Amino acid sequence: MPATRIGEVVQASTQELIAQCYELHQPPPFASLVRTREGETDIFAVVYHAETGPLEPGRRPVARGREETEEEGVYRAHPQLSRLLRTEFRAWIVGHRVEGKLVQALSPRPPKLHSFVFLAKTEEIGEFGSSLQFLGPLATAPLPPREELISAFLLHLAGSREDRGEFLLRAGKELTLLLRGEVPRLQSLLRRLS
Amino acid sequence: MKVRLEEGVSVEAVGVGRYVTIEGEQSRFFGLITDVELGALERGLELDVSDPYIARVLSGTGVFGTIKVLPQLALGVVGLEAPPPARTIPAPFSLVREASEQDMALVFGSEDERHFYIGSPLDLEVKVCLDLDRFIQRSAGIFGKTGTGKTMLTRLLLAGILQRGQASSLVFDMHSEYGWEGEREEGGVVKGLKQLFPSRVAVFTLDEESARRRRVKTDFTVLIGYDEIEPEDIALLRETLNLTDLAAQAPYRLARHLGKGWLESFLGYSPAQVRDLAGQLGENEATLLSLHRRLEQLKRLPFLVPHSPESAVERILGYLEKGLTVVLEFGRYRDIVPYMLVANLLSRRIHDQYVQRSERARGEGAPHPRPLVISIEEAHRFLSPELSRQTIFGTIAREMRKSYVTLLVIDQRPSGIDEEVMSQVGSKITCLLDNEKDIDSVLAGVSERTELRKVLSRLESRQQALVFGYALPVPVVVRVRDYTSIYKKPVGPKRVEEDRKDIWEE
Repeated sequence: MPATRIGEVVQASTQELIAQCYELHQPPPFASLVRTREGETDIFAVVYHAETGPLEPGRRPVARGREETEEEGVYRAHPQLSRLLRTEFRAWIVGHRVEGKLVQALSPRPPKLHSFVFLAKTEEIGEFGSSLQFLGPLATAPLPPREELISAFLLHLAGSREDRGEFLLRAGKELTLLLRGEVPRLQSLLRRLS
Repeated sequence: MKVRLEEGVSVEAVGVGRYVTIEGEQSRFFGLITDVELGALERGLELDVSDPYIARVLSGTGVFGTIKVLPQLALGVVGLEAPPPARTIPAPFSLVREASEQDMALVFGSEDERHFYIGSPLDLEVKVCLDLDRFIQRSAGIFGKTGTGKTMLTRLLLAGILQRGQASSLVFDMHSEYGWEGEREEGGVVKGLKQLFPSRVAVFTLDEESARRRRVKTDFTVLIGYDEIEPEDIALLRETLNLTDLAAQAPYRLARHLGKGWLESFLGYSPAQVRDLAGQLGENEATLLSLHRRLEQLKRLPFLVPHSPESAVERILGYLEKGLTVVLEFGRYRDIVPYMLVANLLSRRIHDQYVQRSERARGEGAPHPRPLVISIEEAHRFLSPELSRQTIFGTIAREMRKSYVTLLVIDQRPSGIDEEVMSQVGSKITCLLDNEKDIDSVLAGVSERTELRKVLSRLESRQQALVFGYALPVPVVVRVRDYTSIYKKPVGPKRVEEDRKDIWEE
């Protein structure tokens, strides 16, 4: 099955990328694993933010549906709207594959702009879960919904693994070691995973 | 040394007193578990463990088991008879395993002509064997609260020494339980030494009637002449007879004044005569009168006679020379006064003889006397700090094996024994003790004191003992072997056969 292409990179750094979706209102789910490419390197990132807004930052859309009976009618009556709006998502880089080897670390170079972004395939997700090294950097990453992201990402990885329970147990233990001294954070994370 | 348990190993599966081997980088170590603890990653890790997932996550990470291990021996050193003590500790992150039976056998030896099987380590079917050659070379002690199995252990060891034939024994048997038969705490009787080794044990008694009632075949009835009692025998009884310092010193002057039969003459005096004597000797009248009154107790002891027809000392020495073990039963005289008096008096004479003989052996190349082990009960009475310098037992304990006599002390209150004497006790076998002072005194001078203290206080109240010292490479907790198992092999290996020849060739 070919990988699903969902958009392309419109802004990138070594830590994260911003991509625009080809389909309005169709961003990848929160905490899903996406893949893009820089030269010979596959770069993996986890989606932590998505938003839809105007193409031009200053021009906020106005309400247009007063006369319509259903929401879809707004877009039918104003076909230019889908050209003036866009859906973007941000993903935090958690690993890369170089010469066939998966490394859970930042990529040496950021992805090029306009690189295609794909949803990771089930086997890629499963493979990514075979190591938990990404948890350390992710647990300290300056991302606002961090606990939410970690737990959702772990559940996302677990869903593609045959050893689901075992995987979550391993992850829980890893978190216990990582989050020493942060009992409330650990508690909330473990509750989400249980 | 702290060892973290691997995930999946329950703290409940390991126990204090058990053995482990540690795979160091260069050598293997043999060590003892001295403590089991739960460790937590941080204090106050209070998570909701009612959630089974959280509980599983935390076990082994947030909360984990640790054990403390004391490395004791280095295993696998080639060319040595026994594993040497560990002089270093294993590198960090060395793998720790439960000791295998082979390792245990390597450390605790196997039964042979000098090694006597006394029990098994907890949870393992391995024999722990005491090196009896070493055991008798220095004084040894058996300690434990009342009812923890001291008597059974003593009987076992005496039987072992008899079986292997390292030494002759002289047993001062206060409660008449070693020679013929003894009672088990849990009911029933067990065979005594004479029943097991009829030709190699002589039972002496102070109380023929009691022996007759119990249908014990005795070899000799001990009578002690007043003329055999010396002033220092009385000095020893100072505390038990409640004598003042002055009263305890008076016998020396009495003996000088009245000669060999001083005690008989003195006891024959009327109060008026005692007063006269006090005048002649310049003693305080009241002191001498009170001494007279206190010593009158001795008249109630029927085994004390003016002059004994046959010297008990000579008889005992005769038997000991032939390699026999002599058990002296006290019958109904279970009181501490006759026990101390007789034990001290006989031991002093016998020790004198051994000293002379060993000196002769050194000087003239005559054969060494056969080693002798003297067993005494209630040892703290003889070896208290006040008395240990005066009694012969203090001397024996201190001089070690110079004259081929050592002690086997049996006591429930080791803290009452002089520290200096305790430090000379080579091998110690201790059952449960719960008094802090007693524990301290038994463990004094042992390098692994803090660790062993924990082990000692966790012994079961019966049939378990901590054995350490000169006759074993490492301290070990044993389930004491069943005494009746010794019945099956009444005669040990070769050495005993040779001894038997010695006995009967005369």
